[in-house]
Amino acid sequence: MSKTYYDPADLRKFGKITEWSEELGTKFFDYYGKVFEEGALSAREKSLIALAVSHVVKCPYCIDAYTKDGLQRGITKEEMMEAVHAGAAIESGATLVHGVQMMNKYEKLSM
Amino acid sequence: MPEVKTKQSLHKRNDELANTNRQLEILNNGIFESGELPKFADKIAQNGHSSLQPKKLEILQINVGYMCNQVCEHCHVDAGPDRKEIMTRETMQQCLDVIKNTGAHTLDLTGGAPEMNPNFRWFVEEASKLGIKDFIVRSNLTIIRANKKYYDLPDFFAAHNVHVVSSMPHWTKGKTDKQRGNGVFDASIKALQELNDRGYGMPDSKLRLDLVYNPSGAFLPTNQEAMQKDFKKALLEDFNINFHQLFAITNLPISRFLDYLIASENYEDYMYSLVEAYNPSAVSNVMCTNTISVSWDGWLYDCDFNQMLGLKVASKVKHISDYNEEVLQKRNIVISQHCYGCTAGAGSSCQGTVA
Repeated sequence: MSKTYYDPADLRKFGKITEWSEELGTKFFDYYGKVFEEGALSAREKSLIALAVSHVVKCPYCIDAYTKDGLQRGITKEEMMEAVHAGAAIESGATLVHGVQMMNKYEKLSM
Repeated sequence: MPEVKTKQSLHKRNDELANTNRQLEILNNGIFESGELPKFADKIAQNGHSSLQPKKLEILQINVGYMCNQVCEHCHVDAGPDRKEIMTRETMQQCLDVIKNTGAHTLDLTGGAPEMNPNFRWFVEEASKLGIKDFIVRSNLTIIRANKKYYDLPDFFAAHNVHVVSSMPHWTKGKTDKQRGNGVFDASIKALQELNDRGYGMPDSKLRLDLVYNPSGAFLPTNQEAMQKDFKKALLEDFNINFHQLFAITNLPISRFLDYLIASENYEDYMYSLVEAYNPSAVSNVMCTNTISVSWDGWLYDCDFNQMLGLKVASKVKHISDYNEEVLQKRNIVISQHCYGCTAGAGSSCQGTVA
């Protein structure tokens, strides 16, 4: 079997990071759990935000986790793909808005 | 009427998973044998349960046969049109004798499609005279539209004050048909509208109509109330359909769902999900603690899942013909790794969540 940096089975071991730094690991997971509870935003809305961000930060573990989370919540594939596009639009917008900087610099340097 | 796609059962195909010993071998070995995941008995022992015992008997669940007009991908019964196991009138009479004297308040008829048993209507008529508080028939809905002889089932159910519980994996056609077969969604919608027309599922109506949601894939159900809200909104807006409650049921890793998990290479991940979601507070309320399941041939089991795994009750009373509630209530419940399906998250039972 070929070796890769990412092993899907490693996601199951995520909790083990606490073993090497109990205080920080515990604080992180408490915070993480709290963030995704029902609040001003529903847990369903937060799941879709997490899915979009998972794509933007290109985390394969997160994509696996929040695709499954979405399925569990009854989120449709159309909703999931729209969330991915929302993330992609912000990411490409973030690149393109730098075009203004390029235009500014171009104008500044040109006679 | 749309055509309902049918395939063959594991039994008909002589698949190795039609053999319950093979299923138990898979559930007892692999990640559980290696110690990667704890066996269910060890897990409950950590919470002080050296074994599971029944509490007060509340539900008598009778499986009147494995024949069904559908061949759903996830079916734990491995039901289908090719299954010929059908409860005889003689066994039904033995059940009626038991129903007369049971302490259970709920009678729950299941299958297969229970309506396909030729003695179904006689049995419902007789059983409904016996004063059971809640009389459930688990109807797959499409049977109501499958043949003219079933068209009057909504009237028959209403006449006998039957509580109808029906499967509905999703409010969209694509997801429903993928799990239950092509055409199932449209036929189910039509059947639900007909039940609504008779008063079933309408707000304030005494004719109970509940739906069962079970995930269409290798994932667990989410919060039952949240799903119910989504289902109610979508079915009302799209099809003007009303129902009372939604029961969220976890798919247990047995029979055709186990076959699917293995074939799709999801088995290990799914078992991890079940074990990780283990909820100690669900253990004391799992349905085997308040239910007895009777098979088409009269054998007694702790639940419908144990029935499908061939795990008879651990009691000297094993058959409906020898039924003795007092003796049965002293038994230990037979458990294996599939039991994790009933203790995950908010717990799962034929009546929905338990924790």
